[in-house]
Amino acid sequence: MAANVQGFELDNSGKRVVVDPICRIEGHLRIEVNLDDNNFIRNAVSTGTMWRGLEVILKGRDPRDAWAFTERICGVCTGVHALASVRAVENALKIDIPANGNVIRNLMHATLYAHDHLVHFYHLHALDWVDVVSALSADPKATAELAQSISNWRNSSPGYFRDVHSRLKKFAESGQLGPFQNAYWGNPAYRLPPEANLMAVAHYLEALDFQKEIVKIQTLFGGKNPHPNWLVGGMPCSINVNETGAVGAINMESLNRVIQIVDNTIDFIDNVYIPDLLAIASFYKTWTYGGGLAGKNMLSYGDFPEIANDYTAKSLAFPRGAIIDGDLSTIHEVDLDDESQIQEFVDHSWYTYGTPGQGLHPYNGETNPKFELGAGVKGTKTNIENLDESAKYSWVKAPRFKGKPMEVGPLARYVIGYAQGKPEFKEPVEKVLTDLGLPVAALFTTLGRTAARGLEASWSAHKMRQYTNELIANIKAGDTATANVDKWEPSTWPAKAQGHGFVEAPRGALGHWIVIENQRIANYQCIVPTTWNATPRDTQGQIGAYEASLLDTKMEVADQPLEILRTIHSFDPCLACATHVMSPEGKELTSVKVR
Amino acid sequence: MTQTETILVLGIGNVLWADEGFGVRAVEEFDRRYACGDEVTVLDGGTQGLYLLPYVQQASHLIVFDAIDYGLAPGTMKVVLDREVPAYMGAKQMSLHQTGFQDVLAAAELTGQSPRHLVLIGVQPEELKDYGGSLRPVIRAQVSPSVDIAAEWLRRWGIDVEPRQDPASASVNAGALALEAYEGGRPSEVDACRIGDPRFMTRRNS
Repeated sequence: MAANVQGFELDNSGKRVVVDPICRIEGHLRIEVNLDDNNFIRNAVSTGTMWRGLEVILKGRDPRDAWAFTERICGVCTGVHALASVRAVENALKIDIPANGNVIRNLMHATLYAHDHLVHFYHLHALDWVDVVSALSADPKATAELAQSISNWRNSSPGYFRDVHSRLKKFAESGQLGPFQNAYWGNPAYRLPPEANLMAVAHYLEALDFQKEIVKIQTLFGGKNPHPNWLVGGMPCSINVNETGAVGAINMESLNRVIQIVDNTIDFIDNVYIPDLLAIASFYKTWTYGGGLAGKNMLSYGDFPEIANDYTAKSLAFPRGAIIDGDLSTIHEVDLDDESQIQEFVDHSWYTYGTPGQGLHPYNGETNPKFELGAGVKGTKTNIENLDESAKYSWVKAPRFKGKPMEVGPLARYVIGYAQGKPEFKEPVEKVLTDLGLPVAALFTTLGRTAARGLEASWSAHKMRQYTNELIANIKAGDTATANVDKWEPSTWPAKAQGHGFVEAPRGALGHWIVIENQRIANYQCIVPTTWNATPRDTQGQIGAYEASLLDTKMEVADQPLEILRTIHSFDPCLACATHVMSPEGKELTSVKVR
Repeated sequence: MTQTETILVLGIGNVLWADEGFGVRAVEEFDRRYACGDEVTVLDGGTQGLYLLPYVQQASHLIVFDAIDYGLAPGTMKVVLDREVPAYMGAKQMSLHQTGFQDVLAAAELTGQSPRHLVLIGVQPEELKDYGGSLRPVIRAQVSPSVDIAAEWLRRWGIDVEPRQDPASASVNAGALALEAYEGGRPSEVDACRIGDPRFMTRRNS
């Protein structure tokens, strides 16, 4: 059947390809597409196949503890959920945090960005562009010449690449490919020459080693890693510049260590990550798939308040706003409390509302599961072969901004910043486009999304330096307060309060909404970035960011979903934690079925 | 044991998913029960996947608590050593783009920094699809014996393991998540709406 929605032509008559799971997002993410006779994707269906009800396990708990639970929703987004949660409680109870609490949060958040983007690029996404097996046939000397032509990074000698090459060869020969398993090596969609592949693999390994440096900042301020401590009212760390040694309060010694890590982070991102990104992109300039909603409907809540407790656009270093229907000349204001702006629909989700077709703001959010399959489903309830997207087909709800599906994430932030004419976002974008000889339209692609993330990693690393300097200046001026505990005791709270907390997570706009009654959580709703991007269709049949991004992509090999992975990974799907254990034989690996 | 050796006692899994929390609960109990020297790091690794790499790289000896599908009866505990470990942790994906702990071990090896000794203390889970739930009784019964096994391995490696004098001071993770608070604050079955997963619903209905 053919249809036109939002300017996209959908046709689900061709053969169906099912990829399940594509990764674990709030449970599992499954993608189904229909291919035409020439292997172009003409219909795409994104579905979350597992129930997740964080909201309902928080009911009745102490609002001051919510961050600790939300930190466990996801293995990657720990800090961002905790931050959104403490902000929601502070918003509800009107708690102001001290300047140092704000700057430490900004520093930890910028650190998380630099780390998360780096790990995403090298360890989660690079292998969608880089063929590891091809790297085995690279010439180390030619690889050194390539590396030296794009960067002054110190590790670039023929001997260095010869060593990496032999390590990789030994690893491959051992038969334990580990992180390099389950890929589609040799697929014609890989376009890098062997030397570029070897260079990227070398930097994959360097980044593995380097990333452990960055997280030391989280441990310093948050105490425990990998699950740092957070606090409603500020940050749970004390400052004592006169103290020495590694234990306890923040002191000059630990701040000097932070400065050193920040310098190293900027060095690595600007001299390895960015040159690699540009080098890889230069071979994929004609692979212009994956735009979808990019440039059409995009949303960012903004983040990094430069003035403590001021969450308005003027205080936020990250752009805040929305683009609707491709009109870049109008940036719409965003208000998380406006019940007509952000609403969730469930017409194609396995839930039911009192009034069908209705959209509900998170303060009035309902979570009543209703699992039923459409008449067009092939298979059985417990073994679904093909879903029927004309009926309910996902455990993910459908969030909409002013009725529109939205793309969220680094590209949304950069496009909104670009449209607002903010130099720190516009200038780097223009430089990349000029260097690669590409038009602005090239931004609205899978590659554009991946490039925006790289630019943002660099932006974040430089912000780490700014926030470190601000913290040191505050301390030198005698301000050592990190938390405000005036309203710590529940007896100081009103009988009823509600509020929201927002964060721009590395993968996009994250909102938590809380209703507090009689000192306990009465309602808690989260809309996570991947809910925006992975959304199913809505009342009007509008498709979401993942679904739109896959349309019209040419697949080189129908049963090798490399192009699907490449585009979906470019969104950096939020992967919820493992919810299943599996057998030693490894039964639950990604399966691809063509029907 | 030489000065340069470092031990990591690691629990992995997700406390929000019933028996999937075994590893984390075991490492909490280990920390509550025992005090070790500075060469031992006791860590709740959650589902951090690749982010655990630095800890693994720094360890010469690694003990891991985890829920493992051995295909045995629920609650069965089985200890697996060294090169056998990756196969048992193979397909279990924790997070981060299908990164299983096997991949973390492989990445450690790829960077030339992997633990020389590996002990996996695994328990066969009974129930995983109960979001917000806690350990089932047969799994919980294995927490204490599993902790004893870990202590025994540490002693075998020449590490001083003493009973902790002040169990209240132990804190591998946030207090609100500690077992008693976690279970005590759980909403009722009706409020928590624990029938959402289709496979779970099918099981209930059958």
